[in-house]
Amino acid sequence: MSGDFPVALIPILGAALIPFLRGGLRSAWMLLLPVIAFGYLLAIPHGLHGEVELLGQTLVLMRVDKLSLLFGYIFLLALLLSVIYALHVKDVSQHVAGMVYAGSAIGAVFAGDLMSLFLYWELTAVTSVLLVWARRGEHSAAVGMRYVIIQLLSGMFLLAGSLLHWHDTGSFAFGHIGLSGTAGLLILIAFGIKSAFPFLHNWLMDAYPEATPSGTVFLSAFTTKLGIYALARGFAGTEELIWIGTLMAAFPIFYAVIENDLRRVLAYSMNNQLGFMVVGIGIGTELAINGAVAHAFADIIFKGLLFMSMGAVLLRAGTIKGSELGGLYKSMPWTTGFCIVGAASISAFPLFSGFVTKSMIMSAAAMEGLTFNWLVLLFASAGVFHHAGIKIPYFAFFAHDSGIRCAEAPKNMLAAMGIAAALCIGIGVFPGILYGLLPYAPDYEPYTASHIVAQLQLLFFSALAFAVLMRTGIYPPELKSVNLDSDWFYRRAMPAVTAVCRRALRQARAGLREALQKRLAAPGAALARQMQPGGMLLRSWPTGSMSLWVMVMLLAHLALYYLG
Amino acid sequence: MTDDKKRHWLDSSANVTKLYKGLWIACGLLISIDLFLHRHEDFEFAMLFGFHGIYGFFACVALVLAAKQLRKLLMRPEDYYDRKPHER
Repeated sequence: MSGDFPVALIPILGAALIPFLRGGLRSAWMLLLPVIAFGYLLAIPHGLHGEVELLGQTLVLMRVDKLSLLFGYIFLLALLLSVIYALHVKDVSQHVAGMVYAGSAIGAVFAGDLMSLFLYWELTAVTSVLLVWARRGEHSAAVGMRYVIIQLLSGMFLLAGSLLHWHDTGSFAFGHIGLSGTAGLLILIAFGIKSAFPFLHNWLMDAYPEATPSGTVFLSAFTTKLGIYALARGFAGTEELIWIGTLMAAFPIFYAVIENDLRRVLAYSMNNQLGFMVVGIGIGTELAINGAVAHAFADIIFKGLLFMSMGAVLLRAGTIKGSELGGLYKSMPWTTGFCIVGAASISAFPLFSGFVTKSMIMSAAAMEGLTFNWLVLLFASAGVFHHAGIKIPYFAFFAHDSGIRCAEAPKNMLAAMGIAAALCIGIGVFPGILYGLLPYAPDYEPYTASHIVAQLQLLFFSALAFAVLMRTGIYPPELKSVNLDSDWFYRRAMPAVTAVCRRALRQARAGLREALQKRLAAPGAALARQMQPGGMLLRSWPTGSMSLWVMVMLLAHLALYYLG
Repeated sequence: MTDDKKRHWLDSSANVTKLYKGLWIACGLLISIDLFLHRHEDFEFAMLFGFHGIYGFFACVALVLAAKQLRKLLMRPEDYYDRKPHER
């Protein structure tokens, strides 16, 4: 089968039909689209397909290799799960936006050149914001605006970097770019915004918790992992990424401990997981790259699962604040169980997916002798269990009974969570299937006695720390609050600075006017006198003097003409 | 809902204490494996007795204590960003 047809167009064009379908037919169509696309990916051969000549440049719409296929598969899987999870949603715009958003992320993954990457990159931005705005209301309008400005900014960096790259190399081909020169730096910033690098990260914690319950599940799968894919493609082995990733893995967990909105806690823990992947890409060895992309694969599923469970809680209990929840396991036992599977996976318990993927990155870091980074990552591993593995299920489903009694999640949500949970365990128990899809031939065995014991010790003692802190009352309670993060700079500091500037300008203008008025008062009064009856300007002039002045002017013109 | 009257196993604080004690026992057993198993690690220090357990415990305690202090610096009322400048 020829692979010239861009796989992205299957969901993107297919989405156009969604508004015209009703009921079961619409559901069937939405479920069918990712399945068709998946079948298509299985059928086409590796290589460059869909090459289009445009303005003397070759655009490659379908670059099919192991790396793009891995992300293609997982994006389609995530799309299928998200569609199932969102089946009960009546709002058609969300279905269309989610489908086109997923399609454009898939298009970006298969784009073989920077121009088509840019087009899909921007399309993910404008379609994903619709999922934030779908929550409706003034608040989500503002959040969505902040989100889309930052996403489009990332696109602008990508465009500028791509044009410079073209200028430097004469080609738009998207291969290894590396951090040499301005072009590389601009493109790295573009990818860094999507992957939520430190200080470029806050759109993630700002927007994801504000989308609709199902919208956040869509969002969690694509944008950041597209960033990771692009980094793996363009910046593998860029040493700076090791440090950026280490910082990313560590600092969000402090926020996650004190954050009250449980979906925001997940956004912070997502940032922390992205840090692990960025470290892997920075190390750049075969094991490290394998680990980074495998962890992205696993993360899409378990983070999706955690967001699904919290979305179900938001839908049923009407709130997602840790301070208002508790005891929900009585009302939502299935959701509780699925959430715990997701929590065990992100915490990398043996037999769950995170265990077989994250450990590759840890091993790669250890092999390179990165002692400090390894210790920080180990700290982050304990921390992620602490805040995502324990805090999320504990405060939502256990803790003190909030008295909230609600219905279990809708059946379609439970189905999506059930499949995701099965996949988490499946990958953990049979890692060979995922390992076979990785870009490099895998030479890694996760299940050694040493590794299992070490990991269990780490996790059980982290749990013990949580329990001890809880029982001694040292653990900080969940409080209604917001915590300042880097968004403070553009939500508070910058408006404050512009307000000060505006006030200063206003005062300067007023002062200037006053000074001028004072200075011009005397000549103004003299002028006003001439405008009164008897003044020079109100006198009647004889026609003769008029023609005299005309003659003077004509003579002056003549004189100037000769002089010129 | 129907489960309102049902008393759950976790509702009893005695059972929660049982769980808590169980966790201590599990940790004790896990760390004692280090007495028999010679763990293969890439770093020398990671082979020390109970390294991962002790590191995990203190990492989490440090994390929580640090985050608690961080709250003093970073925590604001829930409607912080919605307030007009003169209300702040």
